[in-house]
Amino acid sequence: MAKGKRLKEPKRRKKAEAAVGGDQPEAAEQQPEPESPEFPTEDTQETPAPAVEEAPGADIPLEVAEGEATEEEWLEEDEAEEGEEKRRLRKGMSRSRRILGRPFARAATRRAIDPQFWEDAEDALIAADAGVESATTIVEAARKRITSEGVRDLEGLRQVFREEVAEMLRSFGERPAVSDEKPHVVFIVGVNGVGKTTTSAKIGYQYKSEGQKVLFAAADTFRAAGIEQMEMWAQRVGAPVVRHKTGGDPAAVVFDALESATARGIDIVIVDTAGRLHTKKNLMDELNKMWRVAERQLGYPPESILAIDATTGQNGVSQARIFGEAMELGSIALTKMDGSAKGGVVLAIGRELGIPVSYIGVGEGMSDLRPFDPEEYARALF
Amino acid sequence: MFESLGDRLQDVFTRLRGRGKLTEKDVDAAMREIRLVLLEADVNFKVVKQFVDHVRERSIGEEVIKSVTPAQQVVKIVFDEMTDILGGKEKDIRFAPHPPSVIMLVGLQGSGKTTAAAKLAVLLHRQGRTPLLVAADVYRPAAVEQLQTLGTQIEVPVAYYKHKSALEICEQAVKEGARKGNDVVILDTAGRLHIDTEMMQELVDIKASVDPSETLLVVDAMTGQDAVNVALTFLETLEFDGILITKMDGDARGGAALSMKAVTGRPIKLASVGEKMNDLEVFYPDRVASRILGMGDIVTLVEKAEEHMTEEKARKLEEKLRKQKFDFEDFLEQMQQLRQMGGLSKVMEMVPGMSGMARQQGLDVDDGQLKRIEAIIYSMTPQERHNPHVLNASRRRRIAAGSGTSTQDVNQLVKQFSQMQKMMKAFTGKGAGGMGMLKRLFPF
Repeated sequence: MAKGKRLKEPKRRKKAEAAVGGDQPEAAEQQPEPESPEFPTEDTQETPAPAVEEAPGADIPLEVAEGEATEEEWLEEDEAEEGEEKRRLRKGMSRSRRILGRPFARAATRRAIDPQFWEDAEDALIAADAGVESATTIVEAARKRITSEGVRDLEGLRQVFREEVAEMLRSFGERPAVSDEKPHVVFIVGVNGVGKTTTSAKIGYQYKSEGQKVLFAAADTFRAAGIEQMEMWAQRVGAPVVRHKTGGDPAAVVFDALESATARGIDIVIVDTAGRLHTKKNLMDELNKMWRVAERQLGYPPESILAIDATTGQNGVSQARIFGEAMELGSIALTKMDGSAKGGVVLAIGRELGIPVSYIGVGEGMSDLRPFDPEEYARALF
Repeated sequence: MFESLGDRLQDVFTRLRGRGKLTEKDVDAAMREIRLVLLEADVNFKVVKQFVDHVRERSIGEEVIKSVTPAQQVVKIVFDEMTDILGGKEKDIRFAPHPPSVIMLVGLQGSGKTTAAAKLAVLLHRQGRTPLLVAADVYRPAAVEQLQTLGTQIEVPVAYYKHKSALEICEQAVKEGARKGNDVVILDTAGRLHIDTEMMQELVDIKASVDPSETLLVVDAMTGQDAVNVALTFLETLEFDGILITKMDGDARGGAALSMKAVTGRPIKLASVGEKMNDLEVFYPDRVASRILGMGDIVTLVEKAEEHMTEEKARKLEEKLRKQKFDFEDFLEQMQQLRQMGGLSKVMEMVPGMSGMARQQGLDVDDGQLKRIEAIIYSMTPQERHNPHVLNASRRRRIAAGSGTSTQDVNQLVKQFSQMQKMMKAFTGKGAGGMGMLKRLFPF
């Protein structure tokens, strides 16, 4: 398994790219870095508010244009500049943006990029569930760039933060490609209540709209009415379902679904699994069995997507780690982004385990699941 | 689920204990670590700030710095603050003076309302009540079926009326409950986003109409920093009375639970701790706090020890321990203090892992034995008490006769005493874990 390699990858890549200077190489390379050129690694976790300790009095004056000083105003201005396309994601995230916008608004009021700003920025990222490590890393990286590139205006500040977040997200790699052979099998896994069935339906709907032949496997045989829920969704999507009775062996459902898929010439099989707490050994074993059944039957590995609820805290890292032990985790679907939660835990997960985000769910409608775009996410965040 | 948070905090405390006297710098370092631990456990960042500030303020105060056992004092402060954050004593569910009482469950999608509703019905049924479940989630596909299936499983009736709005279902169900003699009606409402004003209005309408005696916000234990936003919005619009935490059987570190009470002022009343239908429990903040700190009831122990031991005595004892001059006289004194504290078995119980550890080391003392030991020591001459090595066979026979015990008993005590001295050496060294912190208090 390539897992060992994968763990290290994001950090290494980050360092490598940092050395080249990220998005604005000229500015970064012209000025000698005052501090260590190394990007902070996990060692920095013990430094909660580096700015306050390391750079007292190193305030940078912030140039604030008329009317830019209040947070509300730039929020509105932003809404106007966006198209309808992104409005829903932004609307949902507006509350988070208020928190994430606070450091900028406060800095604007003080007219200074000072230690307080860096502390606020770190708090804001922590409030977004990014985790202390990721928050420190992003703030630290942004600080170096802002200092060396001489960024002096609000929009510039925000831009740097966006780029750093997007950069970090990109460093987690990409969703594995669809297998050449048919059918391509996608397992949707996750803890209880994160929206696996809905996500299964939405992903199925997407493939269906692309003209693919989709089949659902109702492998949530545990939850009361789990199968019925999948059937209702499948009906809405207009795709067939393979189901057994409640309480049946989910691995058998997978087996039958794959048989049926081969017989019917199906392109994509979506396996909706039962929600399970990653701490339940027997349930994780059950999942592993389903995975092995599919792998053996296909002769090539299926894909798996871990559904993570945007409200999830740092426990998401533990979820991803343990689910990743039961199967090869390909990517994460970040669900329920239409609430006030920011889903920053994907930063913590990616940083730790190098798992990218593939989808983002922004509403209850069938089409409210979209491929994840790091830039868009970062923009919505800041 | 709080264990891992507890472990992390224990590490911090262990490092803290490694230092004799605490300087402000030591406290600051510990507070930085505590901050990190709490943030990683998803405690809301504002709550963390407040918590750490409080603990720091109290920890660098006079009482701690001058105390003989500063590290313990800090632990106790952390405990106090944590219990405070969690809400002190447990709070009961409220019932209406005239049945049926209506309990309304609200929350985000996926927080576990439907399962929690069924579990609550089981809990109430166990208490001798006759609950009626109401399927008021008319939006999620198969939600009604889910509750009906659960109802059949736990043998609790489920009310549902086709083609009605959630409000109508609730109103009608409460009437049906009254007619059929159900004394509790549990409303399983649809999950909704707190920022969805239309859907929130539905809850407001239901609440106004059926007047629940208890409205519970159902919160997933794995929720991160946003838990607070959710809770606050629900509080603003709905004025819920308490919180029900679900999925406590995962390995989440429980930060959301820790933040809830602090931010909303509403107590956590119930916690779902497993998959089984009878895995819903009353939430005990103080017990949870001691579990988080991985300390059993060590706080009571510290308090009791302090009650019965003056600083002067503690210092003397420490001195003796360090110089390894601990004798039967001191042993006797310690034992008497121990008895004042409720006896050895009580003390052992309060220290996590202590009884097991002591047994492993061959130190097997029960409370009845303490009396006998006392008698034996009383039968010793002062010289014998100070210099146990003079105890030859003839002396032992005399002591046995004098104390009404057998020579074997005396032999055993002498043996145990020397073992204890060995153990104490280990205590005074580093890394004795839970036992290490007790080294100055009593050397048993």
